[in-house]
Amino acid sequence: MHISTDIWIWIAAILTLCIYSFLYKDNPFYKFAEHLLVGVSAGYFFVIYFWNLVVPNLLTPLKTGFGTLFSGGGFTGDLAALVPGILGLIILTRLIPKIAWMSRWAIGFYFGAFQGIIITGYMQAYILAQIYGTFMKGADPVFSIAYFGNFFGDPSWGKVLLAVSGPLMIVGVICTLTYFFFSTEHKGFVGGVAKIGIVFLMIGFGASFGYTVMARVSLLIGRLQFLLRDWLGIIS
Amino acid sequence: MNLYEKFLHIDRRYIFIFVALGVIIPLIWPLGLAVTTSPPVENVYKAIEELEPGTPVLVSVDYDPSTQPELSPMTVAVLRHCFYRDLPVIITVLHPGGPGLALEISDRISKEMGATYGEDYVFLGYKVGGSAVILSMGQDFQVSFPADYFNTPIDDIPLMKNVRNYNDVGLVITMSGSTYPEVWVAYAHERYGQKIAAGVTAVMAADYYPFLQTGQLVGLIGGLKGAAEYEKLIERPDDGLKGMDAQTIVHLFVVLMILLGNLAFFFVKRAKKREAA
Repeated sequence: MHISTDIWIWIAAILTLCIYSFLYKDNPFYKFAEHLLVGVSAGYFFVIYFWNLVVPNLLTPLKTGFGTLFSGGGFTGDLAALVPGILGLIILTRLIPKIAWMSRWAIGFYFGAFQGIIITGYMQAYILAQIYGTFMKGADPVFSIAYFGNFFGDPSWGKVLLAVSGPLMIVGVICTLTYFFFSTEHKGFVGGVAKIGIVFLMIGFGASFGYTVMARVSLLIGRLQFLLRDWLGIIS
Repeated sequence: MNLYEKFLHIDRRYIFIFVALGVIIPLIWPLGLAVTTSPPVENVYKAIEELEPGTPVLVSVDYDPSTQPELSPMTVAVLRHCFYRDLPVIITVLHPGGPGLALEISDRISKEMGATYGEDYVFLGYKVGGSAVILSMGQDFQVSFPADYFNTPIDDIPLMKNVRNYNDVGLVITMSGSTYPEVWVAYAHERYGQKIAAGVTAVMAADYYPFLQTGQLVGLIGGLKGAAEYEKLIERPDDGLKGMDAQTIVHLFVVLMILLGNLAFFFVKRAKKREAA
């Protein structure tokens, strides 16, 4: 056992214990650590964004642009940074109720530009490629009678999975989409299909829940590895 | 109150104690339980194995300390694998909380593996913009990263002399605790045809399986289990494999609690029905 002599390790360890003390009940130590985290995070992100966003994309080009302008070099492209700079300042008008409407210009510009950038990429990645992937894997179809023929000719687990997984996926996609189709009342045939969709959804949620448990336990393992190794030196 | 009712109203702090013991005991006295590898993780390994030595790999550290216990072990394992295979590594960060983590890991692993900065790896640092940065790297790295993290112009870095855009990069691996893999797929893969692999937290892993089916991701490392699998594949055990005993014990405990909780619920319900009758 080699307890750390590093002051920062001790601070991190004590703050970790303060946070975990909430598991017993809410207390001032937890509140202190929670508020410290929020404050430090806000300060950290402000500094990061200022030096990585505001300085290189706004202040530096403006400094260069105005420097050139006032030394007689005329207007340069650097001064174009004024446009996003002014739009950014306009967003702050939300703090003044009388002229808060002006902020909509900047928000509208941002929404329009962002939609223009993402629509094509996301349409391809999320809609077209996924529709293709529902029916095809590479150049091969996910569902083929030949897969069943191969299985019955020479049965094996791999072949039965190959034969069954494709149709199962297609049925799952159609049934799940039917569940989210609200223009028709979920009765009769549509209701039955939607109910099968719920089964697929529940299986999906179950898989996600299992993964979520694993994720949360992993975070606990990480913290306890820190406490037992870096702080107390009990494990290697 | 009978035994079943008592179980349904058990103080949750007892459960916390058992979970804590389930993690602490295997960490101190490892059980050495077996870890098997899965195709999504094997595919990331194969994608790196198939690259010719000297082919640059871009590792994007797109996470912050809140997901560090899951994502750092896999980042470390992937960096070690790249250095074993003599693949130069370009490290970028698209998450504002990531630069410190990326710097610490790259420093530590490069020293351990004897990798030289500027030749075997380069750290380009953090850039604001997400999708815009990914798009611009498809044209020219110089646009988004004119200099590395230490303000050295990338033209002066030997590794970057032959790297202009994605055409010169063999594989992109994004380590992410949020939706960055989707952005990499939408822009770097769909627009430029770049091969993408992802290392994600376990919470997100189920969401990315459809991208494996379509081939938009060549492989996926999911959570601490994925990191442990990768450590097994490169035969270099570390935090991932060390944590798997605890992971297994706690999972068994959670499954047991779910089963007992449901049994107790139904027994109590049946007893109440009988009483009412």
